Amino acid sequence: MKTIAFLLTIAVGILLLMASLDLPNWGSPESPASKHLSTHYIEKSIEETSVPNLVTSVLADYRGYDTMFETVVIFCAGITVLIVLRFTHGEKDKSTKPRPSRQDGDIILQTAARLLVPVMQLFALYVIAHGHHSPGGGFQGGVILGASFILLAISYDLKAVFKRFKKNSVLVLCSTGVLIYVGIGFTCLLLGRNFLAYAAWARFLGITEVEAHSRGMLGVEIGVAITVMAIMFSLYADIASGGDLDEGL
Amino acid sequence: MNEFIAFIIAKYNYWAALILMLIGLYGMLSKNNLLKKVIGMSIFQSAIILFYLSTGVKKGATIPIIEHGHGSAEHMVINAAHYANPLPHVLMLTAIVVGVGTLGVALAVIQKIYQTHGTIEEDEILESIER
Repeated sequence: MKTIAFLLTIAVGILLLMASLDLPNWGSPESPASKHLSTHYIEKSIEETSVPNLVTSVLADYRGYDTMFETVVIFCAGITVLIVLRFTHGEKDKSTKPRPSRQDGDIILQTAARLLVPVMQLFALYVIAHGHHSPGGGFQGGVILGASFILLAISYDLKAVFKRFKKNSVLVLCSTGVLIYVGIGFTCLLLGRNFLAYAAWARFLGITEVEAHSRGMLGVEIGVAITVMAIMFSLYADIASGGDLDEGL
Repeated sequence: MNEFIAFIIAKYNYWAALILMLIGLYGMLSKNNLLKKVIGMSIFQSAIILFYLSTGVKKGATIPIIEHGHGSAEHMVINAAHYANPLPHVLMLTAIVVGVGTLGVALAVIQKIYQTHGTIEEDEILESIER
């Protein structure tokens, strides 16, 4: 079985190698990926959306519809893990190894975590808010926020984190994020333009259309960050405790 | 011989991604333990992401954030060849997020399999199902 797998892998490798001979050289300016639409995004992003970070402006404005469904994908992944682990519990449990018992917390780990977590959360909020001018944005900041809760859960106990972040709030928060995103798109529809056409907010808020793009992007990124944070923590909590949510790792 | 070496150096980013892809593919095909298969899948995903990112590189270009972009930037002349291509970065952000979701669901399903069958080795699970 292993030799068949090895030969198959080598065969696929030779095929892909022969295909890669036709691809453009690394860093070549004639590469077709860097022509056509990409030059439009680079040259027109500031005058159409006033956001210098090209990746954020393409992600949240030009391809905002795509990002909305990406948020829905991560929401569905969290809900799936919830359903698989929490609601199908109670059938016969054949796992052979007992869960390892939790030891008392290590003081160095707990002190370090207590010092790090507020700084991490502040940094995550900075990454979300400054995503228009420096590398960052909704997904990146949301992951750092979720990681701060996971750090608390690893160094203290899962129960300690659930005292601060109730089990129900996790579910409410992840749906709130998606609601914010779709809600912003829907209000653009109500104000007379297309779905997710942020320029519809310009007359309502009294700013220019270009600035409305920038504010709409910020709102959308906040929604994404809330969902990603809730789902990151919910994934960890469900998988680490096998659905019980009483004992962690 | 010289131009063969120059040929390899000109495209070595594709070959590095290819080697990672083959490692991930071999892991997915040949390992018996379910968790090792999932790790192979994760390596494969990382290889694809690196492959796409490497196609967006331009020689001598800087990161895709417009310099001095604050304030009144309407009258700047922006040269497209000066900035790296932002499109592969955007598409790979989506790919990374989807990869995290897939990994989470895969780990949850492996836990469920362990609770039902008592093992995560593929051949033992097959025996346990046939019994």
